[in-house]
Amino acid sequence: MNRRNWLQRSLAAAGALALSGCDRIAQSERVNSTLDWAESWTRGVQRVLLGRNALAPEYSEKDISREFRANGTTHPDTDEYNALAQANFAGWKLVVDGLVERPLQLSLNDLRQMPSRTQITRHDCVEGWSCIAKWRGTRLSTVLQRAGLKPQARYIAFYCADTLELALDGTGQYYETIDLIDAMHPQTLLAYDMNDRPVDIAHGAPLRLRLERQLGYKMAKYVMRVAAITDFTKLGRGKGGYWEDRGYQWYAGI
Amino acid sequence: MSKAEYPLPDGRVVFYRHPLFVRIVHWINAVCLLLLLMSGLQILNAHPALYWGQVSTFDQPFINFRSGEGAAFPAWAILPGWQDLASGRRWHFFVAWVFVLNGLAYAVYVVASGRLRRTLSPTREQLRHLGDSIVEHLKLRFPHGEEARQYNVLQKLSYLAVMFFLLPLMILTGLTMSPGMDARLHLLTEVFGGRQSARTLHFLTAAAIVLFFVIHVLAILAAGPLNEMRSIVTGWFAIRPGPTVSRAPPVHKELTK
Repeated sequence: MNRRNWLQRSLAAAGALALSGCDRIAQSERVNSTLDWAESWTRGVQRVLLGRNALAPEYSEKDISREFRANGTTHPDTDEYNALAQANFAGWKLVVDGLVERPLQLSLNDLRQMPSRTQITRHDCVEGWSCIAKWRGTRLSTVLQRAGLKPQARYIAFYCADTLELALDGTGQYYETIDLIDAMHPQTLLAYDMNDRPVDIAHGAPLRLRLERQLGYKMAKYVMRVAAITDFTKLGRGKGGYWEDRGYQWYAGI
Repeated sequence: MSKAEYPLPDGRVVFYRHPLFVRIVHWINAVCLLLLLMSGLQILNAHPALYWGQVSTFDQPFINFRSGEGAAFPAWAILPGWQDLASGRRWHFFVAWVFVLNGLAYAVYVVASGRLRRTLSPTREQLRHLGDSIVEHLKLRFPHGEEARQYNVLQKLSYLAVMFFLLPLMILTGLTMSPGMDARLHLLTEVFGGRQSARTLHFLTAAAIVLFFVIHVLAILAAGPLNEMRSIVTGWFAIRPGPTVSRAPPVHKELTK
């Protein structure tokens, strides 16, 4: 073994050691829970800086993206959903329940008859890309006011028609939770129109959440049920959403 | 100005160059930048294409990193070392906090202590001889005598550019990518040309910092790695006093005029 050979080998060994050391650190439970502090710092600081009502920027018609990428589920493949879609969601009803005074069942027509908001906003995916589209829908706050939140309500949960992962314990079902600050934000919509047409299946028909100050994965598609809850630790794997259960931040404002 | 200085038996003089605070900040910063770079490449791996403007023009990327199958950036360059966007983001945002707080502490210190003016700002004399200094650097000749007591003009200018331009640009382009902060800082997002431009600038700035790092290390190797390393670890830096050999002192030039 000559000197260069030896040098190369020791460098490779040192590299492998450093890499496996890094991996061991990156997998450690304690390290990961330390890293999670950042999420609460970010949330705390952003809450202070943004307040309840700072609006996400809105754009004009000419800014609308020609291609709006669809991520996650692009077609929930269940018999129930397919039957609803075949009937153009005529039989679909949004269930509003949980900690509310008056549980509701709202058809698309009911939602369309309520006051609406239209906004052209940018959708930022956690992967890094962005697209702009025009959304029309009912403010979530309008629906929640009609149902009447009980004082114990702290979060709003969205239950969706799509299953992204076939998990035996049923945790593969898409769901999301947001707090009341976001639920009552003027741009938080239950959107039924995208670019002046009913939201298509790839983008969450018949109804999806728009939560403009956070990333795309918070904006649940195929929303079937909206429930007011006190905490989300008993939903899914307890982290407050499908992607949150898989390591993503619950607060996705960054 | 220096805390103290001692002669060495070999004729050199050691003096206290970097205060403890600066040394600590330097090394925290170095570790942060490495972790931010690697977790940043992990995040970029999730969608390895950059765009210009507010939105992604998928068929016309500004820069496309993907070539064929597989990840754009290899396992050794990313943190963690496997494809895991969620963990990459956790690392990135945690370390970003440490990096920002460390940088703020340094900024306050460097201004309040007068070090910015005393140690980092080029003197008028140095600026007048900027050209000479560039030529000397291109010849890889570095001062070792009395001249090495203070930072060289190019060194000062590049430190200032990194500290007060590149690193803040890194933070600001990062912040404007946050959909939350965009609700507050949208004007800044517009200044960068849109969110996707900000993302592109974030990457280009990172590349510029990597370039600075390479030059920084090369300069250390050329100027005497042991001496330089000792000074940023222990604070003590050795110089060889005596007449400068690299070029005639500026005073002399003026006298002959």
